[in-house]
Amino acid sequence: MTQIVVLPVLLPLLGAGLCLVFGRSAAAQRIISVVVLGAVVVTAATLLVRSDRYGPQSVSIGGWGPDIGISLVADRLSALMLLVSTFVTLCVLLYSFGQGIVEYGRETPLSVFHPTFLVLSAGVSNAFLSADLFNLFVGFEVLLAASYVLITLGGTEARIRAGTIYVIVSLISSTIFLIALACIYAATGTVNFAELAIRLGELPPGVAQMLQLLLLVTFCIKAAVFPLSAWLPDSYPTAPAPVTAVFAGLLTKVGIYAIVRTQTLLFPGDGLRGLLLWASILTMVIGILGAVAQSDIKRILSFTLVSHIGFMLFGIAYATQLGLSGAIFYIAHHITVQTVLFLIAGLIEYRSGTTNLSRLGGLARSAPLLSVLFFVPAMNLAGIPPFSGFLGKVALGQAGIAAGDWLAITAVVASIVTSLLTLYAIVKVWNRAFWQPVDPDAEHEDEDIWSHGPLHGHEQVSTGTQVTTMWEKVATEQRIPLSMGLPTVLLVAFSVGLTVFAGPLFAITDRAGAELLQRTPYISAVLGDQR
Amino acid sequence: MSTNVVLVVAIVVLVACGTTLVLERSLTRILVGFVMLGNGVNLVFLVASGEAGSAPIIGSSDEPMTDPLPQAMVLTAIVITLGVTAFGLALAYRAWQLTGHDDVQDDVEDDLVTRRADLDHPSASFDDVTAGMPDEEGEDEPEPTPQVGGRHTDEGTHPREEAR
Repeated sequence: MTQIVVLPVLLPLLGAGLCLVFGRSAAAQRIISVVVLGAVVVTAATLLVRSDRYGPQSVSIGGWGPDIGISLVADRLSALMLLVSTFVTLCVLLYSFGQGIVEYGRETPLSVFHPTFLVLSAGVSNAFLSADLFNLFVGFEVLLAASYVLITLGGTEARIRAGTIYVIVSLISSTIFLIALACIYAATGTVNFAELAIRLGELPPGVAQMLQLLLLVTFCIKAAVFPLSAWLPDSYPTAPAPVTAVFAGLLTKVGIYAIVRTQTLLFPGDGLRGLLLWASILTMVIGILGAVAQSDIKRILSFTLVSHIGFMLFGIAYATQLGLSGAIFYIAHHITVQTVLFLIAGLIEYRSGTTNLSRLGGLARSAPLLSVLFFVPAMNLAGIPPFSGFLGKVALGQAGIAAGDWLAITAVVASIVTSLLTLYAIVKVWNRAFWQPVDPDAEHEDEDIWSHGPLHGHEQVSTGTQVTTMWEKVATEQRIPLSMGLPTVLLVAFSVGLTVFAGPLFAITDRAGAELLQRTPYISAVLGDQR
Repeated sequence: MSTNVVLVVAIVVLVACGTTLVLERSLTRILVGFVMLGNGVNLVFLVASGEAGSAPIIGSSDEPMTDPLPQAMVLTAIVITLGVTAFGLALAYRAWQLTGHDDVQDDVEDDLVTRRADLDHPSASFDDVTAGMPDEEGEDEPEPTPQVGGRHTDEGTHPREEAR
C-alpha cells in the first residue's frame, strides 16, 4: 500500500503525456486532466489517513537504497499539503474550462495549457513528497519550468515583460540552490534528508550554519520573504486568472514547505530564531503597506500574499509544537483563501473587463452573488472571527505569547497590525468595487501621469490594466458562466469547511508539529527501508 | 583532502563573469551570464566529489573510484540549464519581436505609484470623503455634478499642471 506514494508524481506526468497525444481534442484533454487530478486528490486523502494512522509512508524508487536512490515520503505535513494543494489545483482546472471560452482565443494555444498544468502539479507533488534535497531541487525545477510557460501564456507584451523578471529571479534562486547542494554534498557526502539529519549534527557549527543560511536564502526567494520578495507582485498579476490563482496558492507555499522541512529536520533547534522573526515581521508589515498603496485588485492580492507569508514564517521561527502547528494550519488556510480570491478577481475581470479599482463600481448591486463570494474569503483573509484565518492567527499568537520574549511579542503585535491593515486593504476593494458607483473621470487620471516621460525600455506603456481594456469592449457586463462560478463556489465552501472542521484539522496539525520536532519517525521511515 | 586549484580558479572566473553579466539589462546577456554561472556551479560539484579516481564501474579497476553521485547530479543540472536557456532565448526573441529590444523593463504599475507620490497626487484608490460616496442607505448615490473637494479643487496650483 505504501507504493501509492509515487502516484501523485507519476499520474500527472502520464496525464501530461496523454494530453499532448490528444492535443487536437480539447474535450479529451479536459477529461484526462480532470480524471488524473481527481485520482491524485483521492490518493492524497488516502495518504493523509494512512500517515496519520501508521506513521510516515516511504518508498525507495527502483529498489535503490536511500543513500544513493530517490525516496519519496509522505508524513502528516506532506500529505496534508498535498491534499489541500491538489484539491485547489483541481478546482482551478475546472474554473479554467469556463474561462477557456474567452481567454483562449487565437492568442492563447489551448493545447499547451493542460499538459503544462499537469506538469506543474507533478512538480508540486514531487517537492512535497521528496525525501532528498536533490529530488526537491528537481521538483522545484519541474514546477518552475511549467510555471515559466504558464506565466507567459500567449506571449503578449505585458506577460513577456512580467515573465522575464520571474524567469530571471527563479534562475538565480535555482543557482543558489545548486551551490547549496554542492556544499552540502561536499560537507556530508549525502543529500538524503534522513542521513543529512544525522550527519549535519556532527559538522562544526559554523559550517552547518552556512549551509543552513544558503538553503534559507534559496527557499526565501521562492517563498517571497522580504527582502527577497520584490519579484512576486510584479510578475503574478499579468498572467491569466487561473494561472495566477494556482501560482499564488501553491508556488510560494512550496517554498514555505521547504523551509519547514529543512529547519525542523535538518537544522533542529532555534539557531536562526532572531533572523527568522525579523524577516517575518518585515515581510508582514512591508508587504501589507505595499497592498495599501495599490489600486488594482490583482496587485493588492499579490501584496497580501507576500505579507501573509510572514505569518507562516513567524510560526516556523519558534520551532515549538504550537508554532509549527499554527504555521501548518495557516498554510492550509492560506492556500485555499488566496487561490479563491484570485479566482474571484478573475470573475470580476470577466464580468467588468478590468480589475482596476478606479474603473470598477457598483458590483454589489449588479452582481450580488459575486459580492457574497468575494466577501466571505476576503473577511477570512483579513482574519475576522469566526473564519479559519482568525483561528490560524490566534494559534500563531498563542505560540508567540508562549515564547514570551520581547521579539516574539513584537512579532505578535506586528501580526495584529498586519491583520488590521489587511482588513483596510480588503475593505478598500469592497468599497470601491462593490459599493461605490463608477467614478466617471477616472479614465484620464493615468494619462496625466504617463505624460511625464517614458520608463526604461518602454516605447509605449503596456500595463496589466491596458491589456484588460482590450477585453473591456468585448466583455462588459457579461454574465458569469456556471462552469466558472461553480468551482469558485466549491472552493469558497471548502475554505468555510476549514473553519467548520478546524478542530479535527488542528488535531492533525498538532500531531504533524510534534512529528516534525521528534524527527525520529521520519528518519526511521526512510532509513528503515534500507536493504 | 586536497583540492584541484585549476578547478577552483575556473569556478571563480565563471561565477564572477556570470554574476556581472546577470546584472545587465539585456536578456541575452543575462542568459549568457546564467550559462556561465551554471557551468561554474557544475564545477563546484566536481570539487565536492573529492579526488578524481578511476571510472566508477565496480570491478573495472583496483584503484579507488571517482564518486559517481555528484556526476549524476551535474548531468541533471546540465539538462535543466539547457532547457531553461532554450526557453529564455525564446523569451528574448519574443521580446525582440514585440518591442524591438530584449531589455528587462521596469514594473509599470510600481512606477505609477512612485510617480503619483512624486507628483503629490492622491492614490487612485484614495477614498475622497466628499466625492460622491453613497451613504449607508445608498440614497445620495450617483451624483451627476462634477466632484468637489479632494483631487480636483486644487487643479490650478497642482504640481502636475506646473510640469506641463
